[in-house]
Amino acid sequence: MTAQATTVSASSTTDCAVAVTNLTKVFRVPDGKGGRTRHTAVDAVSFTVEAGGSLGIVGESGSGKTTIARMLVGLERATGGEMAVLGRDRSAPARRSAERNRRAQELQIVFQDPYTSLDPAQSARAAVDEVLRHHGRFSAEQRAARLTELMDQVGLTDRQARARPRDLSGGQRQRVAIARALAADPKVLILDEAVSALDVSIQAQILNLLADIRAATGIAYLLISHDLAVVRQLCDTVLVLRRGKVVEQGTCDSVLDAPAEEYTRALRAAVPVPGWRP
Amino acid sequence: MTTNAATTTPLLEISNLTVHLAGGGDNPKPVLDGIDLTLAPGESLGLVGESGSGKSMTVRAVSRLLPNGASLDGAIRFDGRDVAAMSAAALREYRDTGVGMIFQDPRAHINPTRRIGAFLTEALVRNRAVPRRTARDRAAAVLAEVGIDDPDRRLRQYPHELSGGMLQRVMIASVLLAEPRLILADEPTTALDVTIQAEVVGILDRLRRERGLGMVFITHDLDLALAVCGRVAVMYAGRIVEFREADDLHRRAAHPYTLGLLGSRPSIDARAERLNAIPGRPRSAFEAGPGCAFADRCAHVRTVCHEVRPELEPFDDGLVRCHRVAEITRQEATV
Repeated sequence: MTAQATTVSASSTTDCAVAVTNLTKVFRVPDGKGGRTRHTAVDAVSFTVEAGGSLGIVGESGSGKTTIARMLVGLERATGGEMAVLGRDRSAPARRSAERNRRAQELQIVFQDPYTSLDPAQSARAAVDEVLRHHGRFSAEQRAARLTELMDQVGLTDRQARARPRDLSGGQRQRVAIARALAADPKVLILDEAVSALDVSIQAQILNLLADIRAATGIAYLLISHDLAVVRQLCDTVLVLRRGKVVEQGTCDSVLDAPAEEYTRALRAAVPVPGWRP
Repeated sequence: MTTNAATTTPLLEISNLTVHLAGGGDNPKPVLDGIDLTLAPGESLGLVGESGSGKSMTVRAVSRLLPNGASLDGAIRFDGRDVAAMSAAALREYRDTGVGMIFQDPRAHINPTRRIGAFLTEALVRNRAVPRRTARDRAAAVLAEVGIDDPDRRLRQYPHELSGGMLQRVMIASVLLAEPRLILADEPTTALDVTIQAEVVGILDRLRRERGLGMVFITHDLDLALAVCGRVAVMYAGRIVEFREADDLHRRAAHPYTLGLLGSRPSIDARAERLNAIPGRPRSAFEAGPGCAFADRCAHVRTVCHEVRPELEPFDDGLVRCHRVAEITRQEATV
């Protein structure tokens, strides 16, 4: 096991929470004629997320945004390119459990549908406690205190903390999923469409909550979203992805207010706003 | 049909519609509570609300597709005829040429084992005895109308070979082929990418105007409803809480819930310091107390709100269901 940080390329520094260089993923898919063909889902994508920063990756279906997230957490193996989190390379799969544990403490993910990512038989408290037991080196007292602190941080009441997922609303479940991710004390959190399935009024609560958590802990976000307004609300920088390729990236102000690329302009113009007509 | 009659009789008239679903034991659950709506021919009406607001249940009641055991009070009239009293034959005809439904997920509503052509022509061939060739030509023409290139090839394909946006166009085409007078669109673009959404609502809007169709458009996206519809009803817990001309809503929204929805949505133009989130979660009709259903989440709540049920009353050129709307609006104006 090498605990040594491997530097990736000149552009990535240890100040970066996430540094991705020329990341590529090629899938072999049916070609419709009984054979197989190569489909490049992610095509030489490079970006960085600063420590404590917040990057939004936007794109439509098939743009490769979720594949990038899956490669970063290790659910998918990259075909090419390099990924580093907190300056440590994770381009290759983790070989040992110690390495997997360390990676889990660097980066966590919250998915779109908390109902399918939570154990239906486990109460919210138990779900979070399990992570604390696994990752933390806490005494029983410290663990209980941290658990209460996490539940407070995501705004779950005692009663909700003891409830099972089916007895919670969508927004409450997403709070549990966030608390569970934070329990590993990661420095980077990937939010994969984490507010997309929520009702508008609940989405606003969770967006405020995520902004508060970032302000309080200095955690970095990588938000995967199809919703430009949500990206603007939560992110400092944005990357527009189309068919696996980066269309443009920069600060939210520059990319969303003065898009340089035709595709970004089209994406922005399609969003219904007051006065918009189909 | 005389045009005169069409202008005087509303296409759809819903009065005091209350629906209960069969609950556990003797407790039927209310899901809709006193809905009043009218729709003129060629008009488009938006129903906006969150989970449990009853927007989908409203259109299911209109097409008489309520779940088993549901009981319905009040009246739904389509072109002057009572929908609840229709015989089986009349109901078939009503669902064939009266109303057409477009659902959120076309993949769940199109038979995956049959080709697009068979799906589109089945109703014409079976119900109306249109010759197969003619039906096929008509299907191809309508596919072209909803913006599908190479319709002949598409007719030979299976649903899994089409993207979600394509399949939703096929769904719209299937509704247009029946030439209904009213389209009930239940979140028709929610599962689509934003650029595809813009195209699909553009198609719906154009066809509605060209063909003089009535449309009830359900969405959780207030801004989308305002862009597509002439009038918008905001629903909460099975009730309409505000009813307004779409062009007016941003400027004149008065119900605390409507204002809350407007404040909750982040803007693409600028980051808000903090979103004005409404506390708590959306309620369903069966969770509402005797008073205002929104009372437990409302910043302006008083005792009366918990105790007395507010009525939907005229306010500032719209209809608002709130005891305190006049006071609240005055306060906001003086701040």
